[in-house]
This record gives sequence, C-alpha cells and structure tokens, in this order.
Amino acid sequence: MIAIVDYRAGNLTSVKRALEHLGHECEITDRAERIASASRVILPGVGAAGATMENLRALGLDEVLKRDVAAAGKPFLGICIGIQVLLDRSDENAAECLGVIHGHAARYPEAVDGCALKVPQIGWNRVRQTQAHPIFAGVPDNSWFYFVNSYYPIVDDPKNAIAVSDYGIQFVAAIAKSNVIATQFHLEKSGAAGLKLLDNFCRWNL
Amino acid sequence: MLAKRIIPCLDVRAGKVTKGVQFLKNADIGDPVAMARYYYEQGADELVFYDITASNERRSIMLDVVAAVAREIFIPFSVGGGLRTLEDMRAVLLAGAEKVSIDSGAVRNPQIIAEGARAFGSQCIVLSMQVKRTGIRPNLKTGYEVVIDGGRVPTGRDALEWAREGVRLGAGELVINSIDQDGTYKGYELLLTQLISDRVSVPVVASGGAGEPEHLREVFTAAHADAAIVASIVHYGEHPIPELKRYLADAGVEVRDKVQL
Repeated sequence: MIAIVDYRAGNLTSVKRALEHLGHECEITDRAERIASASRVILPGVGAAGATMENLRALGLDEVLKRDVAAAGKPFLGICIGIQVLLDRSDENAAECLGVIHGHAARYPEAVDGCALKVPQIGWNRVRQTQAHPIFAGVPDNSWFYFVNSYYPIVDDPKNAIAVSDYGIQFVAAIAKSNVIATQFHLEKSGAAGLKLLDNFCRWNL
Repeated sequence: MLAKRIIPCLDVRAGKVTKGVQFLKNADIGDPVAMARYYYEQGADELVFYDITASNERRSIMLDVVAAVAREIFIPFSVGGGLRTLEDMRAVLLAGAEKVSIDSGAVRNPQIIAEGARAFGSQCIVLSMQVKRTGIRPNLKTGYEVVIDGGRVPTGRDALEWAREGVRLGAGELVINSIDQDGTYKGYELLLTQLISDRVSVPVVASGGAGEPEHLREVFTAAHADAAIVASIVHYGEHPIPELKRYLADAGVEVRDKVQL
C-alpha cells in the first residue's frame, strides 16, 4: 500500500487518480500508523511551506515522516511543496522544515538582467537530468514537466541535486538522497513523462 | 525557459461538447471525456472547459464531466462558466480541475477573486475577461472595454485597469477573450494582449480569433502571450496540435514536444 499523506492541502486526489490509472493501490491518509506501515509514502500538494509544516506538526506527522519513513529507509517521494518540506527550511514564511535533505528553498528573483520574471512560474519547462537515478528510467533527458512554483530548492550538498531546469536562472528541479526523492514539478500533471516517473517510484526497490 | 502553451477550449452544454466533433468519426461524438483524451494524446498542454448549460441541473452534470475527465487525462485543465461562489469553485476543484476560470461573476463581485485566491491559492484562480474595442474614451484609456454575459453587457471598465485589479486581488492568470476577433479566424487581438502581458506579473492567455498557425506565432512573439486558447482551428481537424507545434518550433517558438514513451 502506498500512503499519500493528507495534511489538509489541495491536489491530493490528482496524485491518487494518477496512481490508480497506473494500477497502484494507494490511500490518502493522515493516520500515523498507516503511514508508518505503508510500503511507500508520497507527500504531494500545492500550498505554502509555513501552513504545510504547521499542519504536519498539528497532525503529529512531522516526526513520523522523519523517523518512520525517511530514516526507516522507506521509498519517500515529495512533490512540489513536498520538496520544500524535506529541506531544513524555506524562505516562504521563514518555515522550519523536516531537514531530511540539507538545504533551503529560495524565491525566484523578480527580475533577471533587467527583465521582469513572472512569479510563480506556471507552465511546462524542460528538466535536465544531471545524475542517474532509477526514477528517470525510460524518461528521455530534457523532457518537459509541469511546474507551478515560486520557490526552488538550494541543496547544501550538490550530490543531492539530480535534475535542473531554467527559469530566468538555473535551478534545481529534483533532489534525492538514498531512499528519498523529491521533484519541484507535478508528476501527476505532466502527461506521459510524469506518469512514467510516478510509475518508476512505485516500482523502485532500494 | 517555459514553453508557450496551446490550450484547446471545449464548450459543454448539458454534458455534451457543442462543437468540434467532426473529425471524431465514432460513437464518442460530443463526449467531453473522449475529446479531452484525444487532445491529451495529441499533445495539448492544458485544456479548458466552459459550461454553457443554462439549466438548474448544470452543476451536477458538469461536476460529473470534470470527475470523468480527471480520471483520463494527466495535464492541467480549468473549468469556467457560471462559477459565482467559493462553493462553486471548491466543487469543481475537488472534482479534479486544476484551476477555475471566473468571468462575469468576478466583474459583479470582484471579492470572489480574493476569496478564491485565499482559499485555494492564486495558481487556481484564472480571471477570464471578455473585451471589446471601443476607441479611447475618458474612462477607457486603452480603448478596450470589459463586457460581460457573452459580450452583450458593457461595464464601462477599462480592460487594462480590470486586468491589474484582478491581479491585485489575487488572480494567478488572465485570459483575454476578444469579442471582436472571436469567430473571425483572422487572428488574436494582438494590441491589447501585448498591452496587458507587458504590464502584469502573471501569465496571460490569449483567446479568440485563431484560424491559421501564423496567428499563434504572432500572438506568442509579437503580443507576448504565455498561452493561447484554440477552438475551431483544432476542432475541425484542419490544423491538428502536432502540426501547430511543428510550425511554431520551426518559427523559433519554444513549445513542448510530446514525449513518446
């Protein structure tokens, strides 16, 4: 059973629909014991870092995700806001996050070389795979993925960055560390390429 | 760099697509789910559904359509038409739409934009505006007026001023529908699209008038649109999406090529 963590954010059902389409059993849950006993865990969603962390703490799920998922070696996927939650902190609402992968989330600049940058980034962008990872199996380098984000990850250890993209600046689009992986783009809204990555995660054996 | 988006628009009345079915030569004619899947497979970057049902059962029928579409396609889609309250929006988003599109309802009650953005995030709230060329007047500094109710009712509001107000209230994207260009096949409203796109901080989607691939090129390059809504140009099969994208790519416009997996 794959657990999709319910922390009162939007966009949980679209991940569930995508997994069902791929034939993977899953459950949206906020129960610690279901998450701790799941075979894999996905932390998806759209939202702000501050509110997301508050909700996770209020539900008592922050420690569960750290101890029973990340540290327990369980395959763990963060999507969009999920990538920020995995870092130490986010500049959005000055939120303290889980610290599973060291780094922080920074906001895109308002202008680059005098040209205004529209923030949030909304739309399809190319993702360059900078390190091999099982989640990219069968997905061509420079494939397009759907982004909706104002913040992007900056990791302390470059080895944790596995893909980059360009939006005014080059930014890290996916991060990974042992059993943990997170993408800034929405796998559930990125057509065939996104579904392939989701499927790869569901079949990923460490 | 972001790809310029091509967004087919489907008008749905009582659960059926009202036009653009001539090339689907099978039993699914008029089925919005079949149409959505077709465009998804063709490489559409996003879809928009407008509910033009004029009856009381409209909401439940449309929600069934939205839920069925969401099970079949895995790209973003927005839903508009008759959304007036936060509850209307919530129902559509819960059924599986990525965004809601508000139009006349927002002109009548601009606070709905702010309420929607607060409740669901700006990225969910698309302000769709119908605009008409009027010539410059004291209250219409750009010479374009916002009209509502299918273009029949003038509001006296300047289009750029309303666009800025919508963004200030929390709209995450703007759709500029030109009443003058719509149905002409002569191209998008370039002047106003550029005027707004260059002056707001959110993506601008052009709508109305596409008849030739060239029209998409000019709205992306000359008018700086981030996305373009297409209807007849793709619905009648004359210029399928892959052809439009090839044309744009050859013209140096960044578009998303569909991945073959």
